Amino acid sequence: MEDLQIKERWLNDDDEEQHLRDKDEYQDPSSELMTINMGPQHPSTHGVLRLVVTMRGEEVIKCESVIGYLHTGIEKQAETKTYNQALTLTDRTDYLNPLINNLNYSLAVEQLLGITNKIPPKAQVARVLLSELQRISSHLVWLGTHAMDLGAQSAFLYGMRDREKILDIFEMCSGVRMMTSYIMPGGLYADLPPGFAEKVAEFITYFKKTWPEYGKMLTNSELWIDRTKGICAISQEEALNWGLTGPVLRSTGIAYDVRKMFPYSGYETYDFEIPTAKTGDVYDRFLVRMLEVDQSIRIVEQALNKLPGGEWQVDDLKIVPPKKYQIAVTMESLIHHFKLFTEGYKPATGEVYSRVESARGELACYMVSNGTNKPYRMHLRGPSFANLQSLGPTLEGRSMFADIVAAIGSIDIILGEVDR
Amino acid sequence: MTQTSGDTLNPEEVPAASRPSLIAEAQFPNVRPSPMRVADGTPTFIVPAEDLVAVVKYLKDSGFTLFEDITAVDWLPKEPRFQVVYHFLNLSTVQPIRLKVELPGDKPSVPSITGLFLGAGWFEREVFDLFGITFENHPDLRRIEMPDDWEGHPLRKDYPVTGPRRPNLPSNQFRPEGRSGLTLPE
Repeated sequence: MEDLQIKERWLNDDDEEQHLRDKDEYQDPSSELMTINMGPQHPSTHGVLRLVVTMRGEEVIKCESVIGYLHTGIEKQAETKTYNQALTLTDRTDYLNPLINNLNYSLAVEQLLGITNKIPPKAQVARVLLSELQRISSHLVWLGTHAMDLGAQSAFLYGMRDREKILDIFEMCSGVRMMTSYIMPGGLYADLPPGFAEKVAEFITYFKKTWPEYGKMLTNSELWIDRTKGICAISQEEALNWGLTGPVLRSTGIAYDVRKMFPYSGYETYDFEIPTAKTGDVYDRFLVRMLEVDQSIRIVEQALNKLPGGEWQVDDLKIVPPKKYQIAVTMESLIHHFKLFTEGYKPATGEVYSRVESARGELACYMVSNGTNKPYRMHLRGPSFANLQSLGPTLEGRSMFADIVAAIGSIDIILGEVDR
Repeated sequence: MTQTSGDTLNPEEVPAASRPSLIAEAQFPNVRPSPMRVADGTPTFIVPAEDLVAVVKYLKDSGFTLFEDITAVDWLPKEPRFQVVYHFLNLSTVQPIRLKVELPGDKPSVPSITGLFLGAGWFEREVFDLFGITFENHPDLRRIEMPDDWEGHPLRKDYPVTGPRRPNLPSNQFRPEGRSGLTLPE
């Protein structure tokens, strides 16, 4: 009945131009425009992203991203958990980057507690080393899925093969492959396991041999260049205006990298470069990420050479749990252990905005403490969220339908981080 | 000085050392440094809602070209209840800045900065969705994370973390059984 009324109104309305401006035009079969729905179960949307695309033939007229299908209320949940408990939530945001998420959260809490300078050197070096391994593993998944979306199947198989070896290293440290929660406020959750350095060295030796193969497969491939060159190009002003960060921003030529500009965990002591490109199209984003992996390998090697021994947590039992053997021996340790896991610590009132460079861009944590044992407010600024926003507008009017898939892959979104 | 949200929690806290030279004081007499402790040393200013667009434009012209983040904090039961928090970055001097706008609990509303930074669009939609703060002149102010027919704003402090359990909603506003769990019988 309602439909009939709408139809009647539609037919009786004299203002033809109004209809053209109206959204209903897209649904009109006689119109040249067609609206199609892509996702949220489409394999090329890397998760549960939904795109509503309006096309004239093959040409993209309008592209709207619809998100929220993976919203789990992590920011709300964090307000009900103590600082140590909320750490585990950060793993679940960007699930290809759990260690960098842990690091981001830990840095924020450490700044609130004022213990940033007291983190022992072993933990500092291990944090850098693990972050860079994480970046490599994340880029391997990006490369594999991105290439597979565009029809190059083998990169995915190689990527998963090598990522598996990195996950083995994480499993060795933390006991789990993905939801690690290994980097915690005050240092590391546990000491690095015996044989860790050898295992990483073995992986790096192996990976330095296999990594050039990925480049050989794609960088100069004519098919690959045809599919990616000139797609979704974006200017520097536009990129800044959209708040883009990470490889997407650097592919336009702006060398903004948190590791260089706001060094954390001792990144200022490592020797590495920030690769940039010029045009900001899909091919340039690809090149920037490929070069980033080379730099990550360099950092891992340097970190491995200077990995010191000693403690892996701050010397403060109010923040980190006591060692297992101490609990059996001293009463004080038992009390500290009980207090830490039942009540937790209470940072002084204050606010902090800590940044780290995740594999996707600037990952930040805005945290407000009101002097209690739970974060009063924890906000995660996910780079995917800001980067995904620019997807539609940079495609509209300048690309074909098949380019959408290339563009999604090049932004490297993780929907867990977009929706949180 | 009037008591503002966040200030009363720890009155003995010393105000953070901000650099007011970042904002021309003669031009914006109502902008003042935030009294809350800033653990990361970012200069923080409290900006009146009506001055926000002018201040952001001034900052953008003076080099703060990278838009980073918008979020909000709910200081229930204090008044003004909400703080909308903005982060910008000056890439050439590597200088971050944080702006805060304080809003009342009743019909909170702040001008949108999408005219200056396109990237603010989704962030403002998120704050609108989760806090119920309206952004004037926003081109497309809709819910972004929650479903369009959702009621309430989850990140408000008076919103239960277990979710809404209001039994007397009209039937078409119920979410399917099993997703929202059992509703309380009245």
